[in-house]
Amino acid sequence: MDIYSETILDHYQHPHHAGSLSNPTIKVAEDNPLCGDKISLELTIKNGVVADIGFVGTGCAISQAAMSLLADEVNEKKIASLKKLKPAKVYDLLHVPISPGRVKCALLGFATLQKALKLIK
Amino acid sequence: MKNIQKQFPILKRKINGKPLVYLDNASTSQKPVVVLSALQKFYTTSNANIHRGIHTLSEESTAQYEDVRKKVAKFIGAKNEEEIIFTKNCTEAINCVSFSWAKSHISKGDEIIVSALEHHANLVPWQELAKEKDAILKIIPITSDYLLDIDAYEKLLSEKTKLVCITAQSNVTGTIVPIKKITTMAHVVGAKVLVDGAQVVGHSKVNVRDIDCDFFAFSAHKMLGPTGVGVLYVKQELMSKMTPYMYGGDMVQSVQEQTATYRTGPWKFEAGTPNIADVIAFGAAIEYLNNIGLAAIAIHDRKLLTYAKKRFSAYSAVKLFSPSNIANASSVLSFAITGVHPHDIATIFNQEGVAIRSGLHCAEPLIGRLGVNATARMSFYLYNTTKDIDAAEKALKKVLKIFKIKE
Repeated sequence: MDIYSETILDHYQHPHHAGSLSNPTIKVAEDNPLCGDKISLELTIKNGVVADIGFVGTGCAISQAAMSLLADEVNEKKIASLKKLKPAKVYDLLHVPISPGRVKCALLGFATLQKALKLIK
Repeated sequence: MKNIQKQFPILKRKINGKPLVYLDNASTSQKPVVVLSALQKFYTTSNANIHRGIHTLSEESTAQYEDVRKKVAKFIGAKNEEEIIFTKNCTEAINCVSFSWAKSHISKGDEIIVSALEHHANLVPWQELAKEKDAILKIIPITSDYLLDIDAYEKLLSEKTKLVCITAQSNVTGTIVPIKKITTMAHVVGAKVLVDGAQVVGHSKVNVRDIDCDFFAFSAHKMLGPTGVGVLYVKQELMSKMTPYMYGGDMVQSVQEQTATYRTGPWKFEAGTPNIADVIAFGAAIEYLNNIGLAAIAIHDRKLLTYAKKRFSAYSAVKLFSPSNIANASSVLSFAITGVHPHDIATIFNQEGVAIRSGLHCAEPLIGRLGVNATARMSFYLYNTTKDIDAAEKALKKVLKIFKIKE
């Protein structure tokens, strides 16, 4: 199956939850310095649940589409359940074969989310 | 330049069901049969350690290893083989200048000049040295046409300048740097010049005495030789003023319990068993290049760059990072497409069997100056043809189609 599926391209060119939030609880950023992919992620947390999520990013289709798909997945979920999230979930969401060279791209959004979750007590 | 592909067995490979089109030569080159057989021949007939055995095999391997030193000297126009140090790669050759010469010749307030075109290999060692010595690192900028700004260079030079570290050709823009001019200007103020020749040796004729540089570094693997071999040329009168940067066996003359004396010339810098087999196979690469002729290779490289620029500039969505005058560049063509990350470009090219590089090309500050996050890069060598560029153009069309971008 081709890595550039309609879903991937659609999320890359029209990312869901794109943009900053007005009053986020948490704001984190992560990058892949070797390829220049960047993601800045914001979460609004209410009663232990993700009430809103927004991100701003630059990078390849895989890194940006993965973040967009993950944002859909994370929104309105309980923090406790998100802390159990595994990288395998990202591969499920992407639903295309990821070669070893693109693993870092695929998991940049996941790493950014992990960083944010660690800040929640 | 006919039938060259047949001499490179890897070019028979298929990638994703398509014939391999290898356009990542600025990163490393492929190897001809003569180099592969030289490697096997050495291990099957003459393998032994060098410089220390009395037996036949050791004498043979020593003679073959030292013969390549002579070949390298002749190939780059050095005075003799005593100006040629073998290292593991170009990066180590540059670090050798830093540790063996610069550490004892650069002090507080001195200035080191590098250019904005440098690969990390010829930038990071000088950042570190400047920090350690409290010296000042100055950067020659580039013009909007991706050329080195010679006027700015002239202004940076002063009696404080002790060392100028400059690439002969950019691995990102393909810009050819007028190194002879750079050297002449540096010598007026008494500065030494180190040239990073990784992208030019094996692509065009190089003569270090004509350039009159003090140090010249390059790698065997980018010029059809094996990986694991680099070369540092040092002007003979400077060699004796340099101290070893690695100590151990082979580089010593005599060793007592508390002290030791060292060999002179390049042998002082080659501690331990060197990369004997790969150096010997590198000799076969030099012979191969000499047989084809550097002038013919340079013309071929230029022809391919001209063709690639013509094909790729026909697409309005494609931005090329290449000097406008073809005479100022060679072998390398970087490009970007608005709305498509270079990693995605490289992935789609690979689906078509076309190997290109994408990213920062070990030249992060230069990519920053180009105003993009990364670029895609095609780089050519003697076994490439215009058909390879046609295959790349086909891949480019696929990129534009997938990302729904107007040609």
